[in-house]
Amino acid sequence: MNAPAYNFAYLDEQTKRMIRRAILKAIAIPGYQVPFASREMPMPYGWGTGGVQVTAAILGPQDVLKVIDQGSDDTTNAISIRKFFAKTAGVATTTATIDATVIQTRHRIPETALHANQVLVYQVPIPEPLRFLEPRETETRRMHALAEYGLMHVKLYEDIARFGHIATAYAYPVKVNARYVMDPSPTPKFDNPKMDNCPALQLFGAGREKRIYAIPPYTQVVSLDFEDHPFEPYRFNAPCALCAAENSYLDEIVTDDKGGRMFVCSDTDYCEGRQAAGHHGSLSAAPYKDKAGSHG
Amino acid sequence: MTTIAELPPGFADKVLSAQSTFRSVMDAMARPGSVRRIVPTSGAPHTMRRGTAAIALTLFDHDTPLWLDARMSESTDVTKWLKFHTGAPVVQDSSIASFALISDGAALPSLERFALGTSEYPDRSTTLILQVDSLDSGRSFDLSGPGIDGVATLQASIKPFDLFERLRVNETLFPRGIDVVLVADDAVVAIPRTTRVVNKGS
Repeated sequence: MNAPAYNFAYLDEQTKRMIRRAILKAIAIPGYQVPFASREMPMPYGWGTGGVQVTAAILGPQDVLKVIDQGSDDTTNAISIRKFFAKTAGVATTTATIDATVIQTRHRIPETALHANQVLVYQVPIPEPLRFLEPRETETRRMHALAEYGLMHVKLYEDIARFGHIATAYAYPVKVNARYVMDPSPTPKFDNPKMDNCPALQLFGAGREKRIYAIPPYTQVVSLDFEDHPFEPYRFNAPCALCAAENSYLDEIVTDDKGGRMFVCSDTDYCEGRQAAGHHGSLSAAPYKDKAGSHG
Repeated sequence: MTTIAELPPGFADKVLSAQSTFRSVMDAMARPGSVRRIVPTSGAPHTMRRGTAAIALTLFDHDTPLWLDARMSESTDVTKWLKFHTGAPVVQDSSIASFALISDGAALPSLERFALGTSEYPDRSTTLILQVDSLDSGRSFDLSGPGIDGVATLQASIKPFDLFERLRVNETLFPRGIDVVLVADDAVVAIPRTTRVVNKGS
């Protein structure tokens, strides 16, 4: 009685049909949050149950799956979800962005440009961008219906009044196809420009909050801002310590208890690819597969 | 009188055929105007194209009220096949339908008679599955909108001839509106409510 008792990609077919119908509506109404009957998954809320359900509904045997958590292929969340689908769907997995057909992500967009044959699935904790400004669902739903987004601009303005700049650094609100204000999930605002006119389809799943939304390919995505305080992607003013990249998003890594730290690419696949191609940062160890070892 | 044993079969592999069909429809919806092929085959009642049958088996169930046009609903084979394979309830009131199956496009009712969604819930709308003569020859339509890099050209032979004129209600209704899936044999093209015709050829 130990034979696997689950369906291909874990979810039952009725659930997949329900999610698939929600995905089609989400694509047809870019940025609108489609309610769906989110199921309990064999992992806790907050671990990507929404993204996992979207991935399970689209995944097929020919797909190649990549999963990242904060840009990394090697963290607990990414590894467990990758193994989950390798086991329940038997799909091939990869860490190389370029080879993947479906990429499930928690809080990052890969540095390598996405192409048209890819689907990016975001794990979303709180899909409603207005939720911290207006806790009532009935009210936020009406605000979306009327495209009444003044409150969000007031919030950004208050940031400027208090700090002199828009202090929102992640989950920075965007307007999709000039209609819906949307939460891009807690990605750093550094990634916001990558959502605009992206060749890949972007799907968002929020399991606990039971919402699915989407950005079709080649769709206008604008980060909210003011004429005199334009949107600026934020980045540490330093190259990656391992691969010397000057245009990637960096993580700060504490290296000792005396204040030592290093800044390295959050996207591990991108960083490793650059090191393999011979780029070395100030703190890289023995040059990657390079016996000469004369680089600094 | 057709018995259940005589009904055309569904998918041979329910799980993987539904997945493959869905990806074709999802890609079509994400890239309006592009022609996608539905690979898996199933049996289909006489008035239903292969693509329509595959979409029905993939997306319909007891949660999706269906509206059938006269030609579809006249055929007891169609209603029996849908009932046996999908369990979806067939309704007379098109304004509460999740999907509408249109075999005779020339007799397409006014779009206002379908569910258009509400401002709060624009997703509660009817998706039209419209069978057309051809999706690779006929008049050309230049389309733009989300999912399209610049302009996409669709060559299609569609009834009703004024389908895209009728779909212009989507411009004023948005975010409410009607999404259309065109089916010719195994080819599908989606026209979501965001797609606009920028130029019509002959």
